[in-house]
Amino acid sequence: MNSGRDQPTVRNEALTNDKARAMNDMIRLVEPLIPALRRYAGGLTRNPAEADDLVQDCLERAVSRWGQRREDGDVRTWLFTILHNLFISRARQTKRRGPHMPIEEACETSLVSQPSQEHRLRHNELVNAVAALPQDQKSVLLLVTVEDMSYADVAKVLAIPLGTVMSRLSRARERLRRDLSGEGAGRAQTILRRVK
Amino acid sequence: MNFERPVSEDDLHGYVDDRLAPGRRAEVEAYLEAHPEIAARVADYRSQNEALREAFAPAAAAPIPPDLNLERMVAAHRARTSFAGWRLAASLALTLGAGATGGWLVRGMSNPPQAGVAALSREAADNYKVYAADRARPVEISGEQQAVLTEWISHRLQRPVATPDLTSAGYNLMGGRLVATAHGPAGLFLYQNAEGVRLAVFVRVMGERDRNASMANHDVNGVESVAWADDGLGYDLAGPVQAGALRPIANAVRRQTLNSGEIRD
Repeated sequence: MNSGRDQPTVRNEALTNDKARAMNDMIRLVEPLIPALRRYAGGLTRNPAEADDLVQDCLERAVSRWGQRREDGDVRTWLFTILHNLFISRARQTKRRGPHMPIEEACETSLVSQPSQEHRLRHNELVNAVAALPQDQKSVLLLVTVEDMSYADVAKVLAIPLGTVMSRLSRARERLRRDLSGEGAGRAQTILRRVK
Repeated sequence: MNFERPVSEDDLHGYVDDRLAPGRRAEVEAYLEAHPEIAARVADYRSQNEALREAFAPAAAAPIPPDLNLERMVAAHRARTSFAGWRLAASLALTLGAGATGGWLVRGMSNPPQAGVAALSREAADNYKVYAADRARPVEISGEQQAVLTEWISHRLQRPVATPDLTSAGYNLMGGRLVATAHGPAGLFLYQNAEGVRLAVFVRVMGERDRNASMANHDVNGVESVAWADDGLGYDLAGPVQAGALRPIANAVRRQTLNSGEIRD
């Protein structure tokens, strides 16, 4: 009986096609977000290799958990949540073992490569000031400003109340402002020129 | 001025980040005009935003490294999950097919080879010359990651493609890569024997008219090859080896691919 023999094949193909379609959707939606994930990871770790490692972990989880994701949920929020949680659990491990890479080794050229030297100096200073922020504040600041994420989405990614997002944002901005306009730091003045 | 709602710290940040509704925004602007000290702070925050975006922009503009290739990750994932059953069948077929001798008729000798298979041989020879000659990086995915390689190629060819096993002929899998042809993506698998002689198995989807083709020898600028097509998938075994020596290896490859089940329509 021909039809009896063919049926399972047809069903298998349909299943394979469904899976292939889901994976194609995943690639289509996730791939454009990889640069932003790398940027955020770079801001958190200050080490490009570590950042890419983090992003790789994040993407692997995204691939294996794509089916479990809420269909109506925002893909970007979902991905940043995965990335952030991975970073936090790694940071805990690193704290236990001690950092394996001094912060000076952070590759400034890849993080802040700029056309002019003046720009580079300014940006290095800013990036250093961001790196010196407490972790909680740094995440909020980077997501709000660099990633242009809504306050509500930041709250979701970091699993904190909206009020906490706002207070951390406020503290981060104040601290950056203080650090970059310190007396004697002539270059810093060019970054944040106070309107007086 | 008279404000209906007092301007809060949150409003100031909302203003800095352009997250306020137009009405509220106008109210905050009016408030800032009346409070220069706070306006200066808000101006600082705004230039912070600008400088931060500028400073971190290059991190997102850098080219994506191969380790973050999503398609490859998908292929690796599928290797671990959905194709697991098929891979078992394929590896069984490879084991069973390794020792047997084939009774394949040399039909390609008397008939001129179809255009499709001849094109396949040319592509295989071209790729063989470029990649097999590369001492630094002949393959992109090594033989140790055979499952990843197999699933990558299968995914891009949209057909299950087994990685042929040539160990019975003394050739070990070095690895492979995806390559481009005028007829779409193709898989290139490279092998090497103890003397350092390298062979390639080249596979791609054939056009509608060339879905099946009997084995044919081609000599493309010094690269010998044996090509054939089964059920729409074209194969070519290429190398700097006499056609007579290639043929039994090609037969073994063909048996493996025919036995690996799902390939049949």
